[in-house]
Amino acid sequence: MRPAAKPEAPGLGRSETGAAGQFADLEHERSASLLGMWTFLATEVLFFGGMFTGYIVYRTFYAEAFREAGGHLDLFWGGVNTAVLLVSSAAVAMAVRAAGQGRGKSTAGWFFSAAALGAVFIAIKAHEYTRDYREHLMPLRDLPFRFPGPHADQARLFFNLYFVMTGVHALHLLIGMGLVLVLAALSWRGRFSGGRDAPVEAVGLYWHFVDAVWVFLYPLFYLMGR
Amino acid sequence: MNNIASMPASPPAEAARLPARHYLNEAHTLRSWFLTTDHKRIALLFLASITVFFLIAGVAALLMRLELLTPEGDLVQAETYNRLFTLHGVLMVWFFLIPSIPTVLGNFAIPMMLGARDLAFPRLNLISWYLFVGGGTLTLYSLIKGGVDTGWTFYTPYSTLYSNSAVLSTVAGVFVSGFSSILTGLNFIVTIHTLRARGLTWFRLPLFIWSMYATSLILVLATPVLAITLLLLAMERFFGFGFFDPRLGGDPLLFQHLFWFYSHPAVYIMILPGMGVVSELVAAFSRRRVFGYKVVAFSSLAIAVYGFLVWGHHMFVAGQSPYAGLVFSALSYLVAIPSAIKVFNWTATLYKGDISLDTPMLYALGFIGLFTIGGLTGLFLAALGLDVHLTDTYFVVAHFHFIMVGGMVMGYLGGIHYWWPKISGRLYTEWMGRFSAITAFVGFNLTFLPQFLAGYLGMPRRYWAYAPEYQVLNVMSTLGASILGVAYAFPLIYLTWSFWKGQVAGPNPWEATGLEWRTPSPPPTHNFETPPRVTGEAYERSHAARGEA
Ligand SMILES: [Cu+2]
Repeated sequence: MRPAAKPEAPGLGRSETGAAGQFADLEHERSASLLGMWTFLATEVLFFGGMFTGYIVYRTFYAEAFREAGGHLDLFWGGVNTAVLLVSSAAVAMAVRAAGQGRGKSTAGWFFSAAALGAVFIAIKAHEYTRDYREHLMPLRDLPFRFPGPHADQARLFFNLYFVMTGVHALHLLIGMGLVLVLAALSWRGRFSGGRDAPVEAVGLYWHFVDAVWVFLYPLFYLMGR
Repeated sequence: MNNIASMPASPPAEAARLPARHYLNEAHTLRSWFLTTDHKRIALLFLASITVFFLIAGVAALLMRLELLTPEGDLVQAETYNRLFTLHGVLMVWFFLIPSIPTVLGNFAIPMMLGARDLAFPRLNLISWYLFVGGGTLTLYSLIKGGVDTGWTFYTPYSTLYSNSAVLSTVAGVFVSGFSSILTGLNFIVTIHTLRARGLTWFRLPLFIWSMYATSLILVLATPVLAITLLLLAMERFFGFGFFDPRLGGDPLLFQHLFWFYSHPAVYIMILPGMGVVSELVAAFSRRRVFGYKVVAFSSLAIAVYGFLVWGHHMFVAGQSPYAGLVFSALSYLVAIPSAIKVFNWTATLYKGDISLDTPMLYALGFIGLFTIGGLTGLFLAALGLDVHLTDTYFVVAHFHFIMVGGMVMGYLGGIHYWWPKISGRLYTEWMGRFSAITAFVGFNLTFLPQFLAGYLGMPRRYWAYAPEYQVLNVMSTLGASILGVAYAFPLIYLTWSFWKGQVAGPNPWEATGLEWRTPSPPPTHNFETPPRVTGEAYERSHAARGEA
């Protein structure tokens, strides 16, 4: 045994090219990272797809009730949030561009703005949720559901779908904010210079995906029946 | 070289010695195992963990068979019996069959068959193992809490409204292990796309790689649907969301649609890898190229694609529209085409082959026979009219066990025996291997052939007691299960023994083709001293003389 020379946990480490040992060079590693992220996003499409299927089924069954229930959501704040997310995606696009040009500080700045916009989105969402709670629309155990008119049960399905789908979306956004903040810190220290910016591009793809999900959620819940 | 190739596979020359440094003796600390990113070590971690789950689930099966020895419910109570078959189903499906070939043999062999040094994302691979163990622990925790009685399908509204058992923690365990599946599939897809050796074009890939690619597509595209379905189920049980509760306007059938949209493709996660292994074994032990290589490769993809379009055949009697049933029935028949292509092509490969009946080949031949029966009885169940009679009887139980146990477990054991000399660097005692393979085949048939009869005669599944006229068939079945138990326990003993004490195997004891046989056994951590270059087609014999490494 030569303990000094051996890594504790056998693995490949990095080669002279700076790429992980299983890749020929950085370009090779980048293509693998991006393919990995696209594959993951395909997984995510199917994940959200299950909920969208549920939405389509119940909206077909209970069109009238869904239209009434949709009117109870806040069109103004929903619209503002859509704008906020679209702008955050633009910021992420700028961050990816800056990273490709090797400008680490600028990358960090754009990423930080994207995370800040994400926080604004979450704050507005929290405000909307609070209002729904006060109006007894939230599906909590000890909170009796109240909805005027004959369609209370079906409207409840609408709100349950609304909370699950926007909740899972918000969770994805929170994860995205965490990732973006980590990348901001790393790129501030110049970690992604010299063609090593594949992680930035991959996380960028993720952020745009989360944004795109909202672009579908917004019309399905807020705009329907208006 | 030619006379060596025509000799039957025999233990290699006495001169064979283990290489001085390989992935197993690279380091010996616990850390070097639990924090490793080496795909070969992670494969062994998976091997150990799925073996534990297999044993627990096997004990549950044995208890059920003992209960069914007599018509009366005497050994266990009805409640316990419900928990036993749920435990057996959940563990076997998600913690043994789905991970079995992909995470053990796939993890071990894919990078080497591609001529790569590791998978594309080695750390993700390790995370996948931790998720798997985490999910498994949660599921075992439910067992300690008293178990679950819903059956492995968690049908609503029973699972959401009525069941007084540990549904939430079990569902959480399956949910977590699903992410392990997704990460493994993702890793394989990216690896196969980006890490093929120079000259290794898509149509030179071993057929095992094609089938693992098809499997990975299913893992990545079907598992998330299971994840969201289980999440909705948990929400429903915990908050009373009403998605699947008819009292609130929810539709229990929607749960079944979502569940089977995953779980039918999951059946192909549980058979495609076995088919891939059998293609390798048939080529290696009949010393021929697989007949119709391209057709076999594409049939894997075809099975993966069709698999997403047939889920409704699980719901013929669940109140689904008869027109939908008609379409699902027709589509289900279509799956028989690519499956039959495989069987015919394996058989054609055997024709005039230089066949040697080593242990892995015996398992492969067992697979072909049992899979054919399992597949053909699937056609009975895909027939709308006949299915009304056979639904929820032992006919169904026998059918899917022929596919999953007769198929996948045979394929898995065949693959383990085939790559064992590569994994351990050593040979097991050949007669013990052959004995186990034949015993498994006999025991399997004795267990499950009577169940076709019992089911056809009307014996319903999932009951702990039954009408006395079925007793003969059930005694046969229990006897068969005991033989099967021996056939599965035996390899555990002699393989473990050979891991330390077996005769040294040398790089290519089977005189097989494929890049994994061109490196020492056990391989070095980097797999290949120099990156290999591929100049010939898959299974071309001229490139495969022993000792070329
Ligand atoms: Cu099916």
